[in-house]
Amino acid sequence: MISAKDINERTPWQDLTPGGEIYEPGTARFFDTGTWRTNTPVFHAEACKHCMLCVPFCPDSAIPVKDGKRLDFDYMHCKGCGICENVCPFPAITMVSGGAIK
Amino acid sequence: MSKPLSGNEAVAYAMKQINPDVMGAFPITPSTEIPEYFAQYVADGEVNTEYVTVESEHSSMSVCIAAQAAGARSVSATSSCGLALMYELLYVAASCRLPITLACVNRALSGPININADHSDSMGARDSGWIQIYAENNQEAYDNFIMAMPIGEAPGVRLPVMTCMDGFITSHAVENIELLETDAVRKFIGEYNPDNYLLKKENPLAVGPYDVSPYYMEHKMLQAEAMKAAKVRILEVAAAFENISGRHYSLFEEYRMEDAQLALVLIGSSAGTAKAAVDKLREDGVKAGLIKIRIFRPFPGEELARALAGTRAVAVMDKSEGFSANGGPLFAETRSALYDLKERPYLINIVYGLGGRDIKVGDIEKVFDRLMDITVTGEIGPVYSHIGQRSKEDIV
Repeated sequence: MISAKDINERTPWQDLTPGGEIYEPGTARFFDTGTWRTNTPVFHAEACKHCMLCVPFCPDSAIPVKDGKRLDFDYMHCKGCGICENVCPFPAITMVSGGAIK
Repeated sequence: MSKPLSGNEAVAYAMKQINPDVMGAFPITPSTEIPEYFAQYVADGEVNTEYVTVESEHSSMSVCIAAQAAGARSVSATSSCGLALMYELLYVAASCRLPITLACVNRALSGPININADHSDSMGARDSGWIQIYAENNQEAYDNFIMAMPIGEAPGVRLPVMTCMDGFITSHAVENIELLETDAVRKFIGEYNPDNYLLKKENPLAVGPYDVSPYYMEHKMLQAEAMKAAKVRILEVAAAFENISGRHYSLFEEYRMEDAQLALVLIGSSAGTAKAAVDKLREDGVKAGLIKIRIFRPFPGEELARALAGTRAVAVMDKSEGFSANGGPLFAETRSALYDLKERPYLINIVYGLGGRDIKVGDIEKVFDRLMDITVTGEIGPVYSHIGQRSKEDIV
Protein backbone atom coordinates (compact mmCIF):
# COMPACT_ATOMS: atom_id res chain seq x y z
CA MET A 1 0.00 0.00 0.00
CA ILE A 2 1.61 3.26 -1.14
CA SER A 3 1.86 5.99 1.47
CA ALA A 4 1.19 9.69 0.80
CA LYS A 5 4.77 10.73 1.39
CA ASP A 6 5.88 8.47 -1.49
CA ILE A 7 3.57 10.22 -3.96
CA ASN A 8 4.57 13.49 -5.56
CA GLU A 9 4.18 15.42 -8.81
CA ARG A 10 6.72 13.19 -10.53
CA THR A 11 4.92 9.93 -9.69
CA PRO A 12 3.79 8.11 -12.86
CA TRP A 13 0.12 7.24 -13.20
CA GLN A 14 0.83 3.53 -12.79
CA ASP A 15 1.98 4.16 -9.19
CA LEU A 16 -0.97 6.30 -8.06
CA THR A 17 -3.94 4.91 -6.14
CA PRO A 18 -7.35 4.19 -7.72
CA GLY A 19 -9.58 7.25 -7.40
CA GLY A 20 -6.81 9.06 -5.53
CA GLU A 21 -7.57 7.12 -2.34
CA ILE A 22 -5.34 7.97 0.61
CA TYR A 23 -4.61 5.14 3.02
CA GLU A 24 -3.61 7.16 6.11
CA PRO A 25 -5.01 10.06 8.13
CA GLY A 26 -3.78 13.62 8.56
CA THR A 27 -2.04 14.05 5.21
CA ALA A 28 -3.40 17.61 4.79
CA ARG A 29 -0.60 18.55 7.21
CA PHE A 30 1.93 18.11 4.41
CA PHE A 31 0.05 20.25 1.90
CA ASP A 32 0.75 23.99 1.76
CA THR A 33 -2.65 25.72 1.57
CA GLY A 34 -1.47 28.97 3.16
CA THR A 35 -0.68 30.43 -0.26
CA TRP A 36 -4.37 31.34 -0.76
CA ARG A 37 -4.24 33.89 2.07
CA THR A 38 -5.04 37.57 1.29
CA ASN A 39 -4.94 38.76 4.94
CA THR A 40 -2.54 37.57 7.59
CA PRO A 41 -2.92 37.40 11.38
CA VAL A 42 -0.03 38.64 13.51
CA PHE A 43 0.47 37.07 16.95
CA HIS A 44 1.54 39.42 19.76
CA ALA A 45 2.86 36.94 22.31
CA GLU A 46 3.31 39.60 25.03
CA ALA A 47 -0.47 40.37 25.00
CA CYS A 48 -1.63 36.71 24.93
CA LYS A 49 -3.10 35.23 28.16
CA HIS A 50 -3.38 31.74 26.62
CA CYS A 51 -7.12 31.62 27.21
CA MET A 52 -7.31 29.24 24.21
CA LEU A 53 -10.47 30.76 22.74
CA CYS A 54 -8.85 31.20 19.33
CA VAL A 55 -7.75 27.57 19.05
CA PRO A 56 -11.14 25.81 18.63
CA PHE A 57 -12.47 28.67 16.50
CA CYS A 58 -9.72 28.31 13.89
CA PRO A 59 -11.36 26.43 10.96
CA ASP A 60 -8.00 25.14 9.74
CA SER A 61 -6.36 24.00 12.99
CA ALA A 62 -3.63 26.53 12.21
CA ILE A 63 -2.96 27.52 15.83
CA PRO A 64 -0.58 25.01 17.39
CA VAL A 65 -0.68 24.41 21.15
CA LYS A 66 2.15 23.03 23.25
CA ASP A 67 2.20 22.46 27.01
CA GLY A 68 -0.97 24.51 27.54
CA LYS A 69 0.35 27.50 25.58
CA ARG A 70 -0.54 28.58 22.08
CA LEU A 71 2.38 29.09 19.71
CA ASP A 72 2.69 31.33 16.68
CA PHE A 73 0.41 30.62 13.68
CA ASP A 74 0.94 27.71 11.33
CA TYR A 75 1.11 29.89 8.23
CA MET A 76 1.33 26.87 5.96
CA HIS A 77 -2.36 26.26 6.67
CA CYS A 78 -3.76 29.65 7.83
CA LYS A 79 -6.21 31.12 5.27
CA GLY A 80 -6.35 34.55 6.92
CA CYS A 81 -10.08 34.44 7.69
CA GLY A 82 -9.66 36.65 10.77
CA ILE A 83 -11.96 34.67 13.08
CA CYS A 84 -9.14 34.41 15.64
CA GLU A 85 -8.77 38.19 15.78
CA ASN A 86 -12.54 38.50 16.19
CA VAL A 87 -12.77 36.08 19.14
CA CYS A 88 -9.57 37.18 20.90
CA PRO A 89 -10.55 39.19 24.06
CA PHE A 90 -7.06 40.74 24.22
CA PRO A 91 -5.00 42.75 21.75
CA ALA A 92 -3.00 39.62 21.01
CA ILE A 93 -3.99 39.14 17.34
CA THR A 94 -4.16 41.78 14.61
CA MET A 95 -4.90 41.26 10.94
CA VAL A 96 -2.71 42.86 8.32
CA SER A 97 -3.35 43.12 4.61
CA GLY A 98 -1.60 40.71 2.23
CA GLY A 99 -0.64 37.06 2.39
CA ALA A 100 3.00 37.45 3.38
CA ILE A 101 4.12 36.57 6.90
CA LYS A 102 5.02 39.78 8.76
CA MET B 1 -36.18 -23.50 -12.05
CA SER B 2 -38.48 -21.86 -14.60
CA LYS B 3 -40.77 -19.03 -13.56
CA PRO B 4 -42.93 -16.39 -15.29
CA LEU B 5 -41.55 -13.00 -14.25
CA SER B 6 -41.60 -9.45 -15.57
CA GLY B 7 -38.21 -7.88 -16.27
CA ASN B 8 -38.50 -5.76 -13.15
CA GLU B 9 -39.40 -8.73 -10.97
CA ALA B 10 -36.57 -10.75 -12.50
CA VAL B 11 -34.06 -8.06 -11.50
CA ALA B 12 -35.61 -7.67 -8.04
CA TYR B 13 -35.41 -11.45 -7.66
CA ALA B 14 -31.74 -11.40 -8.67
CA MET B 15 -31.19 -8.70 -6.03
CA LYS B 16 -32.92 -10.88 -3.44
CA GLN B 17 -30.69 -13.83 -4.30
CA ILE B 18 -27.62 -11.57 -4.06
CA ASN B 19 -28.79 -10.08 -0.73
CA PRO B 20 -26.86 -6.80 -1.06
CA ASP B 21 -25.86 -4.81 2.03
CA VAL B 22 -27.56 -1.56 1.03
CA MET B 23 -30.20 -0.39 -1.42
CA GLY B 24 -30.71 3.28 -2.20
CA ALA B 25 -34.41 3.26 -3.12
CA PHE B 26 -36.42 5.86 -4.98
CA PRO B 27 -39.31 5.19 -7.38
CA ILE B 28 -39.61 6.32 -10.99
CA THR B 29 -41.56 4.76 -13.84
CA PRO B 30 -40.86 2.20 -15.25
CA SER B 31 -38.26 1.01 -12.72
CA THR B 32 -40.49 1.58 -9.65
CA GLU B 33 -41.40 -2.09 -9.29
CA ILE B 34 -37.79 -3.04 -8.57
CA PRO B 35 -37.59 -1.19 -5.21
CA GLU B 36 -41.27 -2.17 -4.62
CA TYR B 37 -40.66 -5.90 -4.95
CA PHE B 38 -37.45 -5.54 -2.99
CA ALA B 39 -39.22 -3.66 -0.15
CA GLN B 40 -41.47 -6.72 0.19
CA TYR B 41 -38.43 -9.00 0.48
CA VAL B 42 -37.05 -6.70 3.19
CA ALA B 43 -40.40 -6.63 5.03
CA ASP B 44 -40.67 -10.41 4.84
CA GLY B 45 -37.16 -10.85 6.22
CA GLU B 46 -35.95 -12.64 3.11
CA VAL B 47 -32.93 -10.33 2.87
CA ASN B 48 -31.01 -8.36 5.48
CA THR B 49 -30.37 -5.38 3.24
CA GLU B 50 -30.36 -1.87 4.70
CA TYR B 51 -33.20 -0.40 2.62
CA VAL B 52 -32.69 3.37 2.55
CA THR B 53 -35.67 5.39 1.33
CA VAL B 54 -34.53 8.79 0.16
CA GLU B 55 -36.03 11.97 -1.28
CA SER B 56 -34.44 11.86 -4.74
CA GLU B 57 -32.23 9.88 -7.08
CA HIS B 58 -29.40 12.29 -6.32
CA SER B 59 -29.67 10.92 -2.79
CA SER B 60 -30.20 7.26 -3.70
CA MET B 61 -26.92 7.28 -5.61
CA SER B 62 -25.26 9.25 -2.79
CA VAL B 63 -26.38 6.52 -0.38
CA CYS B 64 -24.86 3.88 -2.65
CA ILE B 65 -21.58 5.80 -2.94
CA ALA B 66 -21.22 6.29 0.81
CA ALA B 67 -22.19 2.69 1.57
CA GLN B 68 -19.91 1.19 -1.06
CA ALA B 69 -17.01 3.35 0.17
CA ALA B 70 -17.73 2.07 3.67
CA GLY B 71 -17.32 -1.47 2.38
CA ALA B 72 -20.94 -2.43 1.69
CA ARG B 73 -22.30 -3.89 -1.51
CA SER B 74 -24.85 -1.38 -2.82
CA VAL B 75 -27.57 -1.45 -5.45
CA SER B 76 -30.16 0.91 -6.86
CA ALA B 77 -32.63 1.13 -9.73
CA THR B 78 -33.80 4.05 -11.80
CA SER B 79 -35.04 5.34 -15.15
CA SER B 80 -34.99 8.42 -17.33
CA CYS B 81 -35.15 11.67 -15.31
CA GLY B 82 -34.06 9.73 -12.23
CA LEU B 83 -30.84 8.75 -13.95
CA ALA B 84 -30.44 12.35 -15.07
CA LEU B 85 -30.79 13.53 -11.48
CA MET B 86 -28.03 11.08 -10.51
CA TYR B 87 -25.77 12.44 -13.22
CA GLU B 88 -23.21 14.16 -10.96
CA LEU B 89 -23.08 11.13 -8.66
CA LEU B 90 -22.59 8.70 -11.54
CA TYR B 91 -19.26 10.42 -12.19
CA VAL B 92 -18.40 10.41 -8.47
CA ALA B 93 -19.13 6.66 -8.21
CA ALA B 94 -17.00 5.85 -11.24
CA SER B 95 -14.08 8.15 -10.42
CA CYS B 96 -13.98 6.94 -6.80
CA ARG B 97 -13.86 3.46 -8.34
CA LEU B 98 -16.85 2.19 -6.37
CA PRO B 99 -18.40 -0.92 -7.97
CA ILE B 100 -22.06 -0.08 -7.34
CA THR B 101 -24.67 -1.96 -9.38
CA LEU B 102 -27.55 0.04 -10.88
CA ALA B 103 -30.53 -1.39 -12.76
CA CYS B 104 -31.45 1.18 -15.41
CA VAL B 105 -34.87 0.59 -16.92
CA ASN B 106 -34.58 2.58 -20.12
CA ARG B 107 -37.12 5.31 -20.66
CA ALA B 108 -37.15 8.42 -22.83
CA LEU B 109 -35.68 11.48 -21.22
CA SER B 110 -37.91 14.57 -21.25
CA GLY B 111 -39.25 16.39 -22.97
CA PRO B 112 -42.03 16.48 -23.86
CA ILE B 113 -42.45 14.19 -20.89
CA ASN B 114 -42.84 10.56 -21.92
CA ILE B 115 -42.65 7.36 -19.89
CA ASN B 116 -41.94 4.83 -22.65
CA ALA B 117 -38.80 3.10 -23.80
CA ASP B 118 -35.85 4.54 -25.59
CA HIS B 119 -32.18 4.72 -24.73
CA SER B 120 -31.79 8.48 -24.32
CA ASP B 121 -31.36 8.17 -20.54
CA SER B 122 -28.48 5.69 -20.40
CA MET B 123 -26.90 7.00 -23.61
CA GLY B 124 -26.67 10.38 -21.89
CA ALA B 125 -24.61 8.68 -19.18
CA ARG B 126 -22.43 6.74 -21.60
CA ASP B 127 -19.33 8.82 -20.83
CA SER B 128 -19.75 8.77 -17.04
CA GLY B 129 -17.30 5.89 -16.56
CA TRP B 130 -19.90 3.19 -15.84
CA ILE B 131 -19.83 -0.20 -17.48
CA GLN B 132 -23.08 -0.54 -19.46
CA ILE B 133 -24.70 -3.91 -20.16
CA TYR B 134 -27.93 -4.06 -22.19
CA ALA B 135 -30.53 -6.84 -22.12
CA GLU B 136 -32.76 -8.01 -24.96
CA ASN B 137 -35.29 -9.77 -22.74
CA ASN B 138 -36.19 -10.71 -19.16
CA GLN B 139 -33.77 -13.64 -19.04
CA GLU B 140 -30.88 -11.40 -20.02
CA ALA B 141 -31.98 -8.71 -17.54
CA TYR B 142 -31.78 -11.32 -14.77
CA ASP B 143 -28.52 -12.85 -15.97
CA ASN B 144 -26.82 -9.49 -16.57
CA PHE B 145 -27.62 -8.30 -13.06
CA ILE B 146 -26.03 -11.42 -11.57
CA MET B 147 -22.93 -11.00 -13.72
CA ALA B 148 -22.58 -7.28 -12.87
CA MET B 149 -20.91 -7.61 -9.46
CA PRO B 150 -18.17 -10.09 -10.38
CA ILE B 151 -17.34 -7.74 -13.27
CA GLY B 152 -17.39 -4.43 -11.42
CA GLU B 153 -15.81 -5.64 -8.18
CA ALA B 154 -12.80 -7.35 -9.81
CA PRO B 155 -9.65 -5.69 -8.39
CA GLY B 156 -8.35 -4.75 -11.84
CA VAL B 157 -11.67 -3.16 -12.75
CA ARG B 158 -13.36 -1.54 -9.71
CA LEU B 159 -16.00 0.27 -11.74
CA PRO B 160 -19.76 0.68 -11.26
CA VAL B 161 -22.04 -1.30 -13.55
CA MET B 162 -25.32 -0.21 -15.10
CA THR B 163 -27.50 -3.08 -16.34
CA CYS B 164 -30.08 -1.76 -18.77
CA MET B 165 -33.36 -3.12 -20.10
CA ASP B 166 -36.10 -1.50 -22.19
CA GLY B 167 -38.87 0.12 -20.17
CA PHE B 168 -42.25 -1.68 -20.31
CA ILE B 169 -41.27 -3.86 -23.29
CA THR B 170 -38.88 -5.78 -21.04
CA SER B 171 -39.57 -4.38 -17.56
CA HIS B 172 -43.32 -5.07 -17.54
CA ALA B 173 -43.86 -7.89 -20.03
CA VAL B 174 -43.94 -11.30 -18.33
CA GLU B 175 -41.82 -14.12 -19.76
CA ASN B 176 -40.93 -17.57 -18.55
CA ILE B 177 -37.31 -17.39 -17.47
CA GLU B 178 -34.79 -19.77 -15.98
CA LEU B 179 -33.70 -18.86 -12.45
CA LEU B 180 -30.56 -20.08 -10.76
CA GLU B 181 -30.64 -21.53 -7.27
CA THR B 182 -29.93 -18.87 -4.65
CA ASP B 183 -26.94 -20.83 -3.33
CA ALA B 184 -25.49 -20.92 -6.82
CA VAL B 185 -25.96 -17.15 -7.21
CA ARG B 186 -24.30 -16.42 -3.85
CA LYS B 187 -21.41 -18.71 -4.67
CA PHE B 188 -21.05 -17.11 -8.09
CA ILE B 189 -20.85 -13.54 -6.82
CA GLY B 190 -18.97 -14.37 -3.60
CA GLU B 191 -18.34 -12.05 -0.69
CA TYR B 192 -17.50 -8.39 -1.30
CA ASN B 193 -14.00 -8.03 0.10
CA PRO B 194 -12.39 -4.78 -1.08
CA ASP B 195 -8.76 -4.21 -0.04
CA ASN B 196 -9.65 -0.88 1.57
CA TYR B 197 -12.89 0.56 2.87
CA LEU B 198 -13.93 3.25 5.32
CA LEU B 199 -15.01 0.87 8.09
CA LYS B 200 -11.69 -0.96 8.09
CA LYS B 201 -10.29 0.32 11.35
CA GLU B 202 -6.74 -0.92 10.75
CA ASN B 203 -6.04 1.78 8.22
CA PRO B 204 -7.98 5.04 7.94
CA LEU B 205 -8.99 5.78 4.36
CA ALA B 206 -9.83 9.00 2.53
CA VAL B 207 -12.15 8.55 -0.47
CA GLY B 208 -12.66 11.16 -3.18
CA PRO B 209 -10.12 13.78 -2.11
CA TYR B 210 -9.69 16.99 -4.11
CA ASP B 211 -7.45 16.31 -7.08
CA VAL B 212 -5.18 19.11 -8.25
CA SER B 213 -4.11 19.22 -11.90
CA PRO B 214 -0.68 17.58 -11.31
CA TYR B 215 -2.57 14.39 -10.33
CA TYR B 216 -5.99 14.48 -12.07
CA MET B 217 -4.89 13.24 -15.46
CA GLU B 218 -2.99 10.33 -13.91
CA HIS B 219 -6.14 9.26 -12.07
CA LYS B 220 -8.14 9.49 -15.32
CA MET B 221 -5.51 7.26 -16.95
CA LEU B 222 -6.06 4.67 -14.22
CA GLN B 223 -9.82 4.90 -14.79
CA ALA B 224 -9.43 4.54 -18.56
CA GLU B 225 -7.20 1.49 -18.11
CA ALA B 226 -9.77 -0.03 -15.75
CA MET B 227 -12.45 0.35 -18.44
CA LYS B 228 -10.17 -1.41 -20.94
CA ALA B 229 -9.52 -4.19 -18.41
CA ALA B 230 -13.27 -4.58 -17.92
CA LYS B 231 -13.62 -6.04 -21.42
CA VAL B 232 -11.47 -9.05 -20.52
CA ARG B 233 -13.21 -9.45 -17.19
CA ILE B 234 -16.66 -9.35 -18.82
CA LEU B 235 -15.69 -12.32 -20.98
CA GLU B 236 -14.22 -14.24 -18.01
CA VAL B 237 -17.41 -13.70 -16.01
CA ALA B 238 -19.53 -14.71 -19.01
CA ALA B 239 -17.57 -17.97 -19.29
CA ALA B 240 -18.00 -18.68 -15.56
CA PHE B 241 -21.70 -17.85 -15.83
CA GLU B 242 -22.10 -20.23 -18.75
CA ASN B 243 -20.71 -23.00 -16.54
CA ILE B 244 -23.45 -22.57 -13.95
CA SER B 245 -26.32 -21.58 -16.25
CA GLY B 246 -25.62 -23.08 -19.67
CA ARG B 247 -26.36 -19.67 -21.19
CA HIS B 248 -23.75 -18.09 -23.41
CA TYR B 249 -22.92 -14.38 -23.35
CA SER B 250 -20.31 -12.24 -25.05
CA LEU B 251 -19.66 -8.56 -25.80
CA PHE B 252 -22.36 -8.72 -28.46
CA GLU B 253 -24.53 -11.41 -29.97
CA GLU B 254 -24.02 -12.36 -33.61
CA TYR B 255 -27.22 -13.66 -35.15
CA ARG B 256 -26.86 -15.45 -38.50
CA MET B 257 -23.73 -13.42 -39.22
CA GLU B 258 -21.55 -16.30 -40.59
CA ASP B 259 -21.97 -15.36 -44.26
CA ALA B 260 -24.06 -12.20 -43.83
CA GLN B 261 -23.73 -9.52 -46.49
CA LEU B 262 -26.35 -7.16 -45.05
CA ALA B 263 -26.35 -6.53 -41.33
CA LEU B 264 -28.00 -4.53 -38.61
CA VAL B 265 -26.38 -3.32 -35.41
CA LEU B 266 -28.72 -2.43 -32.57
CA ILE B 267 -29.28 -2.62 -28.82
CA GLY B 268 -31.98 -4.10 -26.60
CA SER B 269 -35.42 -5.57 -27.07
CA SER B 270 -35.68 -4.61 -30.76
CA ALA B 271 -33.23 -7.45 -31.41
CA GLY B 272 -36.15 -9.89 -31.07
CA THR B 273 -38.03 -8.09 -33.83
CA ALA B 274 -34.88 -7.87 -35.95
CA LYS B 275 -34.21 -11.61 -35.57
CA ALA B 276 -37.69 -12.36 -36.90
CA ALA B 277 -36.99 -10.13 -39.91
CA VAL B 278 -33.59 -11.76 -40.48
CA ASP B 279 -35.18 -15.22 -40.40
CA LYS B 280 -37.79 -14.13 -42.94
CA LEU B 281 -35.17 -12.67 -45.27
CA ARG B 282 -32.98 -15.75 -44.93
CA GLU B 283 -35.94 -17.88 -46.09
CA ASP B 284 -36.01 -15.67 -49.20
CA GLY B 285 -32.30 -16.28 -49.74
CA VAL B 286 -31.12 -12.87 -48.52
CA LYS B 287 -27.87 -13.09 -46.58
CA ALA B 288 -29.07 -10.98 -43.68
CA GLY B 289 -27.65 -10.89 -40.16
CA LEU B 290 -27.83 -9.01 -36.91
CA ILE B 291 -25.41 -7.83 -34.25
CA LYS B 292 -27.01 -7.08 -30.91
CA ILE B 293 -24.70 -4.98 -28.77
CA ARG B 294 -24.71 -6.23 -25.18
CA ILE B 295 -21.76 -4.26 -23.82
CA PHE B 296 -21.80 -0.60 -24.82
CA ARG B 297 -19.21 0.48 -22.24
CA PRO B 298 -16.46 -0.61 -22.71
CA PHE B 299 -17.31 -0.43 -26.41
CA PRO B 300 -16.21 -3.60 -28.25
CA GLY B 301 -14.79 -1.67 -31.23
CA GLU B 302 -12.16 -4.10 -32.51
CA GLU B 303 -14.40 -7.12 -32.07
CA LEU B 304 -17.28 -5.38 -33.84
CA ALA B 305 -15.04 -4.38 -36.74
CA ARG B 306 -13.98 -8.02 -37.14
CA ALA B 307 -17.59 -9.21 -37.01
CA LEU B 308 -18.66 -6.73 -39.70
CA ALA B 309 -15.56 -7.06 -41.88
CA GLY B 310 -17.17 -9.45 -44.35
CA THR B 311 -20.42 -7.53 -44.82
CA ARG B 312 -21.30 -5.28 -47.76
CA ALA B 313 -23.80 -2.90 -46.13
CA VAL B 314 -24.68 -2.22 -42.50
CA ALA B 315 -27.46 -0.21 -40.86
CA VAL B 316 -26.77 0.95 -37.33
CA MET B 317 -30.08 1.49 -35.54
CA ASP B 318 -30.10 3.95 -32.66
CA LYS B 319 -32.96 4.00 -30.15
CA SER B 320 -31.87 7.47 -29.01
CA GLU B 321 -31.42 10.64 -31.01
CA GLY B 322 -28.26 12.16 -29.66
CA PHE B 323 -28.83 15.44 -31.54
CA SER B 324 -25.34 15.47 -32.95
CA ALA B 325 -26.87 16.22 -36.39
CA ASN B 326 -24.48 13.51 -37.53
CA GLY B 327 -26.18 10.30 -36.31
CA GLY B 328 -26.90 8.56 -33.01
CA PRO B 329 -24.36 7.41 -30.41
CA LEU B 330 -24.23 3.76 -31.50
CA PHE B 331 -23.64 4.90 -35.08
CA ALA B 332 -20.78 7.17 -34.02
CA GLU B 333 -19.09 4.30 -32.16
CA THR B 334 -19.67 1.77 -34.91
CA ARG B 335 -18.49 4.01 -37.73
CA SER B 336 -15.38 4.87 -35.72
CA ALA B 337 -14.73 1.17 -35.05
CA LEU B 338 -14.94 0.30 -38.76
CA TYR B 339 -12.51 3.01 -39.87
CA ASP B 340 -9.49 0.75 -39.43
CA LEU B 341 -10.85 -1.95 -41.74
CA LYS B 342 -9.09 -2.13 -45.11
CA GLU B 343 -12.41 -2.70 -46.86
CA ARG B 344 -15.33 -1.13 -45.14
CA PRO B 345 -19.01 -1.93 -45.73
CA TYR B 346 -21.45 0.84 -46.65
CA LEU B 347 -22.78 2.24 -43.40
CA ILE B 348 -26.02 4.06 -42.64
CA ASN B 349 -27.74 5.17 -39.45
CA ILE B 350 -31.44 4.80 -38.72
CA VAL B 351 -32.88 6.39 -35.59
CA TYR B 352 -36.02 4.56 -34.46
CA GLY B 353 -38.33 3.81 -31.55
CA LEU B 354 -38.09 7.12 -29.67
CA GLY B 355 -40.41 7.50 -26.69
CA GLY B 356 -41.84 4.00 -27.16
CA ARG B 357 -42.57 4.29 -30.89
CA ASP B 358 -43.09 0.73 -32.07
CA ILE B 359 -40.76 -0.97 -34.53
CA LYS B 360 -42.16 -3.91 -36.50
CA VAL B 361 -40.76 -6.73 -38.55
CA GLY B 362 -41.92 -4.87 -41.68
CA ASP B 363 -39.93 -1.78 -40.66
CA ILE B 364 -36.79 -3.84 -40.25
CA GLU B 365 -37.39 -5.44 -43.66
CA LYS B 366 -37.56 -1.95 -45.16
CA VAL B 367 -34.17 -1.18 -43.65
CA PHE B 368 -32.76 -4.38 -45.22
CA ASP B 369 -34.38 -3.39 -48.54
CA ARG B 370 -32.50 -0.15 -48.38
CA LEU B 371 -29.22 -1.95 -47.64
CA MET B 372 -29.91 -4.19 -50.64
CA ASP B 373 -30.48 -1.14 -52.87
CA ILE B 374 -27.23 0.39 -51.66
CA THR B 375 -25.24 -2.72 -52.57
CA VAL B 376 -26.87 -2.90 -56.01
CA THR B 377 -26.59 0.79 -56.95
CA GLY B 378 -23.57 1.84 -54.91
CA GLU B 379 -25.59 4.92 -53.97
CA ILE B 380 -25.72 5.30 -50.21
CA GLY B 381 -28.35 8.08 -50.03
CA PRO B 382 -28.92 9.85 -46.71
CA VAL B 383 -26.45 8.47 -44.19
CA TYR B 384 -28.48 9.49 -41.17
CA SER B 385 -32.28 9.19 -41.15
CA HIS B 386 -35.27 8.24 -39.01
CA ILE B 387 -37.92 5.52 -39.28
CA GLY B 388 -41.40 5.22 -37.76
CA GLN B 389 -42.38 8.90 -37.74
CA ARG B 390 -45.35 10.26 -39.72
CA SER B 391 -44.03 12.21 -42.67
CA LYS B 392 -45.15 13.93 -45.85
CA GLU B 393 -42.18 12.29 -47.53
CA ASP B 394 -41.40 8.63 -48.10
CA ILE B 395 -39.06 7.39 -45.40
CA VAL B 396 -36.29 4.74 -45.46
